[in-house]
Amino acid sequence: MPDDKKTVPADNNEINRRAFFAKLGLGSLSIATAGTAVFAYQFLSPNVLYEPSPIVNAGKPEGFPEDSVTLDVNSGIYLIHAKEGFFSLSAVCTHLGCLTAWKPDLGIIACPCHGSKFNREGEKIEGPAPKPLPWLRTWVNDEGDLMVDRSTTIRPMQFVRV
Amino acid sequence: MAKAIENYFDDLRNTRIWRSIFRSGTGSSTLHRSLAIQQNVFLHLFSTKVRRRMLSFNATWYLGTLTFGTFLILVSTGILLMLYYHPSVPQAYADTKDLQFVVSDGLFLRNLHRWSAHAMVFLVFAHMFKVFYRGAYRPPREFNWVIGVILLLITLFLSYTGYLLPWDQLAYWAITVGSNIASAVPVVGNKVHFLMLGGNLVNANALLRFYVLHCMILPLAAILFIAVHFWRIRKDGGLYHHQSEPRTMAVQAAAAGKADQ
Repeated sequence: MPDDKKTVPADNNEINRRAFFAKLGLGSLSIATAGTAVFAYQFLSPNVLYEPSPIVNAGKPEGFPEDSVTLDVNSGIYLIHAKEGFFSLSAVCTHLGCLTAWKPDLGIIACPCHGSKFNREGEKIEGPAPKPLPWLRTWVNDEGDLMVDRSTTIRPMQFVRV
Repeated sequence: MAKAIENYFDDLRNTRIWRSIFRSGTGSSTLHRSLAIQQNVFLHLFSTKVRRRMLSFNATWYLGTLTFGTFLILVSTGILLMLYYHPSVPQAYADTKDLQFVVSDGLFLRNLHRWSAHAMVFLVFAHMFKVFYRGAYRPPREFNWVIGVILLLITLFLSYTGYLLPWDQLAYWAITVGSNIASAVPVVGNKVHFLMLGGNLVNANALLRFYVLHCMILPLAAILFIAVHFWRIRKDGGLYHHQSEPRTMAVQAAAAGKADQ
């Protein structure tokens, strides 16, 4: 009979039409799902942020008397004039992001949220903070203003001498 | 008088309009009463028959129903609050204050929304404790427990996202702390934090994202899972009645002992 050929059992490597289309369908569906996931991730990550610039102009060094700690609440940084020179610390607690405060009578930096305490160089004294307060890149620009880059941390004990 | 009112309602149920909406027909036979449940799009999620004692206060303390009640209050008051609230940085806080001090009945609606939110979180936990200590989470109801855990998470996320919307100091720092907890997730933590806030700071994007989550995505998810949760009660054989009571267990143990012999 001419139809005998069709009923010959397919060997294991061969797939029939139904299995082929099922595989094709599932394949395209998974590609589409992966594409949707990538698309969603891209869409949800903003490419342009209308956030304040990480670079802060702190003003003239003369505004910071020696042995002073000045907190700028808006930018969340400390500008500290030590004997060795100027430096700046992030005022954002490394625990959960609260704004810390300088306690002049105790000579420490303290976080109001969960009680972390740091010394003037940002090293942790006590509390849940996992890391010290980072030192931020600080320099003097051509106009003689102290500048701080909040997005760049540096190794501690690098002072700016004016 | 009571008879007259009853007759009036019977007549009403026999009008053509009523019959076109509710097709189960009049009558108080078991069939009619079953059809009234089965043929209603909302009620058909539930069982047509319930054990009488499962309707008593003692059986459930009505905790699930009360939770659903607070959810309905939250949806209705929330929609009204949306009419005066703009999810933008310059306006959010001022709008919240307006709702408190300027809008007629705004204070009442806002407080109702807030207290119901607190009540809902409390009731969800109470409901779960009740289900847990009664042992109602056990097979065949184990999947409905899973749905319940999802609903617990949705409730908590609704609370968390709603907390930011007044845009006051409490909200700002609570979300700063809360979103920093998300950064503690290994490997992807910072990405999750960035996607959640739509930026690095709690700012305009974060406010808008939390608003959309709070008013659209999470309530829709809640409605979906609540529907499945109710439907599963029927599918799992109705509300759990405690077979685990000592006397029942003793009887069952005795029966099992006989069967073994």
